[in-house]
Amino acid sequence: MSIFDGFKFRSESSPIHEMDPRAKFIYVCILFSSAIIFNNIIPLLILFLIQMPIVLLAKVQREWLRSMKASAFFATLIFAMNFLSLYFYAGHETICSITERSAAMTMRFLVLIQTFSIFFLTTSPDMLGLALEQSGIPYEICFAFTTAVRFVPVLAEEAQTIIDAQRARGLELERGNIIRRIRNYIPILIPLIVNAIRRSMELAETMESRAWGAVKNRTNLYALRIKGRDILLIASSFVILIILSIYLDLHSGPINNSDDALLNRRLRLVARIIKIKRGILTFRLRGCKRPFEYAEHPRLDGYS
Amino acid sequence: MIVMENVYFTYPNGVEALRGIDLKIEDGEFIAIMGQNGAGKTTLVKHMNGLLKPTRGRVLVDDVETTKVSVAKLARKVGLVFQNPDHQLFSETVEDEIRFALKNFGFDEETIKKRVDWALNLLDLERYRNVSPFMLSGGERKRVALASVLAWDPSIIILDEPTIGQDYRQKERLRQFIMQLNQQGKTIIIVTHDVEFVAECSPKILLMREGKIIAEGEAREILTDEPLLYQASISMPEIAKIFKKLSALGLPSKVIDLYEAANILYERLSDIR
Repeated sequence: MSIFDGFKFRSESSPIHEMDPRAKFIYVCILFSSAIIFNNIIPLLILFLIQMPIVLLAKVQREWLRSMKASAFFATLIFAMNFLSLYFYAGHETICSITERSAAMTMRFLVLIQTFSIFFLTTSPDMLGLALEQSGIPYEICFAFTTAVRFVPVLAEEAQTIIDAQRARGLELERGNIIRRIRNYIPILIPLIVNAIRRSMELAETMESRAWGAVKNRTNLYALRIKGRDILLIASSFVILIILSIYLDLHSGPINNSDDALLNRRLRLVARIIKIKRGILTFRLRGCKRPFEYAEHPRLDGYS
Repeated sequence: MIVMENVYFTYPNGVEALRGIDLKIEDGEFIAIMGQNGAGKTTLVKHMNGLLKPTRGRVLVDDVETTKVSVAKLARKVGLVFQNPDHQLFSETVEDEIRFALKNFGFDEETIKKRVDWALNLLDLERYRNVSPFMLSGGERKRVALASVLAWDPSIIILDEPTIGQDYRQKERLRQFIMQLNQQGKTIIIVTHDVEFVAECSPKILLMREGKIIAEGEAREILTDEPLLYQASISMPEIAKIFKKLSALGLPSKVIDLYEAANILYERLSDIR
């Protein structure tokens, strides 16, 4: 459970929590792509460090630390694998550069985890659903998404109860060889799945009895609006990307492969990503309507 | 015998569910644990078969500390029937469902057969022997869950909310059945909100509130103590309410049993005539 605590939404009041989920999503996308584009240690380290103020601002440092602790094992593994494979298969490199590259790969992993962690710690599933909805994705899909996210903790709790109930009947999960151990989970999985299916049917019935889908044009109590600080976040993530791209251009040293064609390809990729992002952004901004515009629709439209 | 000494329990999420429980349950006792939602009743019984281990203090089952033995070993003595049967039913047939625990405890085939027949018979489930438990009604599933625990003949039987979703006749059967098991020398512990059911069974009552035991005593004493019950969010049984209102007539106020109540009123009314 403790691993997931590093990614589970925590209700806090902080400027980061109050930000538009779409702005945070763009931020995540940019940081993700930057982390993947760059493969030397300095930009990755910068990417890691510049996120620290955000963690502190969002008051989620404890949860963030937990996500870091949870990924420590994989980080070590990534470092070891990179180090070993570079050592044995790229013979002409020095130990120093091998270490640097392995550390860079590890750092990339940590940046990805950190970005992910910040996003999910500060964005409630409801807000995420709202963001999807106001980006023009059909409501049915958004609803399925938010429901799935919302039921994860319920399922986890239920799994624990089922484990308790079966242990009370003498089931020992840790007994026997590997195949036996997997088989031991059958008495846990069957009730869990059956209950999940049963619950989804019940949910469908209760939703229908509350006239789900009767109104074609839904209105929302909250309307997402991109504010100044959201623009700031988006702008600063682009600035980061641009600065790092310039850095990449200047420092395409021996580690980073000085091949011009490759560099060009990379820069073109960055440019293309920026263009795509801008497209999404303008699309989203256009898709965002104010609540009173919805009010023009008759409330029970399509209900007769 | 179950002994709890100054037991504290805190869930990993920081909720302190038990706060200093001292308790002794002798063999052959019949106990009802009552209290408001979230008082720690289920947490308490989960300590009795080792599913949960105390954060502080200790729990002894037949003089063995629960931290020192496996749940499977304790479960052999302490049978715990969970509130929701859907949390444990998974087999293809009712018979297999009952076999599951017996196989886990390593009984031999002959004993398993005998015990399965006995349990099916006891709970009137013989005709469902080859039916999938998922095809049964809620009340029947509850009985299958109960049968699957009783089959291994534990000496302490704990029932978590046994009356939920049962109609009057099933409740009455359950009551007789519990009384019968108790007379055979089994220790019975029920966790319940159902005051009327408890009033009819008349066991010893443990009243819980916010992780502590606030009262312990005979049903007649506890279920007629209105201020105490109010603290635990429980209302008095209907009979007790009537007799409280009639106390001005000089009738005894500590009455919870229907037959006793009827007798008292009958005598009173025939005196008047």
